[in-house]
Amino acid sequence: MQFFGGSEINPSPQVPTASGNNAHMMYVFNRNGVCLLYKEWNRPLHTLNPQQDHKLMFGLLFSLKSLTAKMDPVNAEKGNLGVPQLPGQGCSFHSFRTNTYKLSFMETPSGIKIILVTHPKTGDLRESLKYIYGLYVEYVAKNPIYNPGSPVKSELFNTALDQYVRSIS
Amino acid sequence: MAAIYSLYIINKSGGLIFYKDCGTKGRMDTNDSLRVASLWHSMHAISQQLSPVNGCSGIELLQADTFDLHCFQSLPGTKFFVVCEPGTPHMESLLRYVYELYTDYVLKNPFYEIEMPIRCELFDINLTQAVQSDRVALLGR
Repeated sequence: MQFFGGSEINPSPQVPTASGNNAHMMYVFNRNGVCLLYKEWNRPLHTLNPQQDHKLMFGLLFSLKSLTAKMDPVNAEKGNLGVPQLPGQGCSFHSFRTNTYKLSFMETPSGIKIILVTHPKTGDLRESLKYIYGLYVEYVAKNPIYNPGSPVKSELFNTALDQYVRSIS
Repeated sequence: MAAIYSLYIINKSGGLIFYKDCGTKGRMDTNDSLRVASLWHSMHAISQQLSPVNGCSGIELLQADTFDLHCFQSLPGTKFFVVCEPGTPHMESLLRYVYELYTDYVLKNPFYEIEMPIRCELFDINLTQAVQSDRVALLGR
């Protein structure tokens, strides 16, 4: 039996040079698709302008959720493809990996979606995403001046987030 | 014993050319499987657009709550993907083996039209054998 050799078709991805930082970027969306936060630590390639990039990311996640709910081999009751699912309804994915990045996703019951894009060899980041949601609740949701549905501008949140993400291995 | 639920093969344009369902619950009818295959083809392409670095070749593994999806894209652009239980080992080797079977029993078949649905008996027989759990464990060596 002859298998494919281990050589890669594409050149290996560049190793992030920022000190101790494996994350490329992070998005936070609310249930309406508004991008509440976009943070970039290491992104050499920008394919689209920011607005299109956010819309594409949200669209991709929406469609992938729809796909996983439909493809679920365990549940017999499934809605039709393309019908918007409530947060928590139906099977949802928590991460996907390509040869150049790994995307970890978490959706809270209130519809807040947290996305972290990291190096492909990163492990399971579900606990980290829960912790980040905890930071969001503390610094953003509990902030009396914050207007829900608008982009997040909290300095404390940004600092705490930066510190935490740098410590994720 | 970790199980394989289904296997899909899609052509360069995203059309479903082969679908094998080994699961008991959650069976999809033909129309749904066609839609799911096209959706996957588009998602695979969009994921390349969102890459932070150069050289992305699309989604290789999707992890959901109740299943994992492994995808292999050959050089000409044919995609092979398998839906299995979370944590099933050796799926990449299985996909490469299915690609071998595809080249041997489908592409080399003089009556097979490229990009059309696969109707080759030998391919089906060999595939069924390969998907049985004891064979998958052998592939991992």
